[in-house]
Amino acid sequence: MNARNGTPLVELRDMRVAFGGVHAVDGVTVDLYAGEVVGLVGGNGAGKTTLIRTLSGAHSADSGQILIDGEPVTIETPRDAKELGIETIYQTLALADNIDAPANMFLGRELTTRFGNLDTSAMEDATRKIMGRLNPKFEKFVAPVSTLSGGQRQSVAIARAVHFNARVLIMDEPTAALGPAETKQVRDLINQLREEGLGIFLISHDIHDVYDLADRISVMLQGKLVGTVDKDDVTVDEVLAMIIMGKKPGQVTQRDIAELH
Amino acid sequence: MADTEISTTTDRAPEAPPTEGERRSFRDTLRSAEIDARLAGMLIALAIIWIVFQIVTPGHTFLTPRNLWNLSVQTSVVAIMATGMVLIIVERHIDLSVGAVMAVVGMVMGAFQHDFLPDVLRFDHPLTWVMTLALGLVLGAVIGAFQGVIIAYVGVPSFIVTLGGFLVWRGLAWRVASGQTIAPMDSHFRLLGGGSDGSIGGTWSWVVGIVACVGIVALQLTKRRQRARYGFRLRPMWAEIALGVAGCGAVLAAIWFLNRYYVPAGIVAQRGLPPGTNVSQGLAIPVLLALGVAVVMTFIGTRRRFGRYVYAIGGNPEAAELAGIKTKSTVVKTFTLMGVLVALAAAVQIARLNAAVGSLGTGIELNVIAAAVIGGTSFTGGIGTIAGAVLGALVMQSLVSGMVLMGIEAPLQDVVVGIVLVLAVALDTIVRRRAAR
Repeated sequence: MNARNGTPLVELRDMRVAFGGVHAVDGVTVDLYAGEVVGLVGGNGAGKTTLIRTLSGAHSADSGQILIDGEPVTIETPRDAKELGIETIYQTLALADNIDAPANMFLGRELTTRFGNLDTSAMEDATRKIMGRLNPKFEKFVAPVSTLSGGQRQSVAIARAVHFNARVLIMDEPTAALGPAETKQVRDLINQLREEGLGIFLISHDIHDVYDLADRISVMLQGKLVGTVDKDDVTVDEVLAMIIMGKKPGQVTQRDIAELH
Repeated sequence: MADTEISTTTDRAPEAPPTEGERRSFRDTLRSAEIDARLAGMLIALAIIWIVFQIVTPGHTFLTPRNLWNLSVQTSVVAIMATGMVLIIVERHIDLSVGAVMAVVGMVMGAFQHDFLPDVLRFDHPLTWVMTLALGLVLGAVIGAFQGVIIAYVGVPSFIVTLGGFLVWRGLAWRVASGQTIAPMDSHFRLLGGGSDGSIGGTWSWVVGIVACVGIVALQLTKRRQRARYGFRLRPMWAEIALGVAGCGAVLAAIWFLNRYYVPAGIVAQRGLPPGTNVSQGLAIPVLLALGVAVVMTFIGTRRRFGRYVYAIGGNPEAAELAGIKTKSTVVKTFTLMGVLVALAAAVQIARLNAAVGSLGTGIELNVIAAAVIGGTSFTGGIGTIAGAVLGALVMQSLVSGMVLMGIEAPLQDVVVGIVLVLAVALDTIVRRRAAR
């Protein structure tokens, strides 16, 4: 359904990250095209979050190369990533609880008046506008975000990521804290952003979530890439076999699948 | 057994069943009003302290122009430093070195104007005070930045770095003049400390009061216009007017009251005025400095990126880092700012004493921290206001001043201040916990 030709929007080549002697990410290569959702799946400790943190600038890789539009780039800080149009929604949401939603949304990128003072009204206005699109029921614009519900906090984090015209969106467990209605909202949003031509890395351990939304699925196990498959070519069971047994789709037998159930 | 217990609790629980919506909106009102409620609470506490002292002091001398004028001057040194300490504590740090830094900066400023400048310029040169103050502010900034760099970039906890500084700067302060007292200070410099000459007089005090009123109204109007431009909900007009009137009224009443403190008869005669003339002292220069610092620091804390980052770091350091904030340089800037404020306080203090001594500011770090904490600054980080800290300083100084008037001896004063400190924080914690539930 989407033509993956030409240069990928993002390429992570042979990434390695070690903590002490443990290889959290061990020679992983994945890529992402514009207008595509790539699901990144794997069990706990598979290294998917660590891999993606190298792209969002939260953690530096020991070795490997990051290419954007085929050009090698250096991403050492979250600022570097943002300047390249890479936005991240962290699993922890990364909100400062003591300040309000507009302050969090514009944190590090505040709107200012011509004298360099914070333009709180302009920031509140922009936040109201984007929230009207993402979560029309949201109305706590001047309360510290510690007073918001899980879903409301999530929408602040999402609003922050999509407001600044991102080209690449990284979503780490975006629906983990949400109820069914809010989950559907996020799913609709992901589809909409894909239509708009963003590239999205979707990290989740809910395989059904990923299977429904992703165009391709990259599976990690113990820091290594098991493989990347086109969603249309595989069944959920085959992906499960990859996650749990580390077997590539061709190698999965009916017996393996039976064993999973 | 367990079953009955459970059933009783479930029976009791829905006794007052507020709907989810109702409970939320009540919480919201509480929260959105939180800062104002806290400040209002402190003002009420201050009023109670003042009224009680007025009743119990012999001769009812607490609420006299003379006493409140002195109180304002005594508060200013701690208040100046407390505004910086708020930002440090909000950022989840602490600065134990402010008293010692005050001493070393004070000694250097003392030696500079007493021993060095008279040889270079001439005795009592009008530039002496500017150059001395500039040197002090730069030195304070350098010391603050130095400590900040060790804290932010080397990663030594601020408690340790400033505990080291507490010893080092105090020791160096004694070395500056080999333990001797440096006195007197330059005559212009001395004005920074207040006193009869270091006050601006009745007329200028009124001017300050009127300017402050214009400022209050202008702020209200700007904010209203800005909110109206975006079509946000506006505060009801009656509330806006009530707030403006209350603010201006308080300012003008304070000026009127303090202006009734008159210059002593001896000095009136010296100035060649007929005996019996009432000449208002007016606001003291250190008080003006403290008020100016409070306004500027509030502006920095709430309207500038730097202030926003300080609060974000205090609320969630990791989130601040991930948002792309340069957290380390923000910490260095905060400690640098603290150093500058300490230097300003040191200038006021040596000007007031008309001498620089190695023991300058001994123990004052505890007063400064206590002022910030009584003013609602939380050690868990992210919470605290400049105005609260200034009020906190005023509360502490009021307690001391009242007890002095009552003739309570110093050790007992400490006992009372210590109890009030813990009580204030306990009350704050309970209120916060209620609000969070």
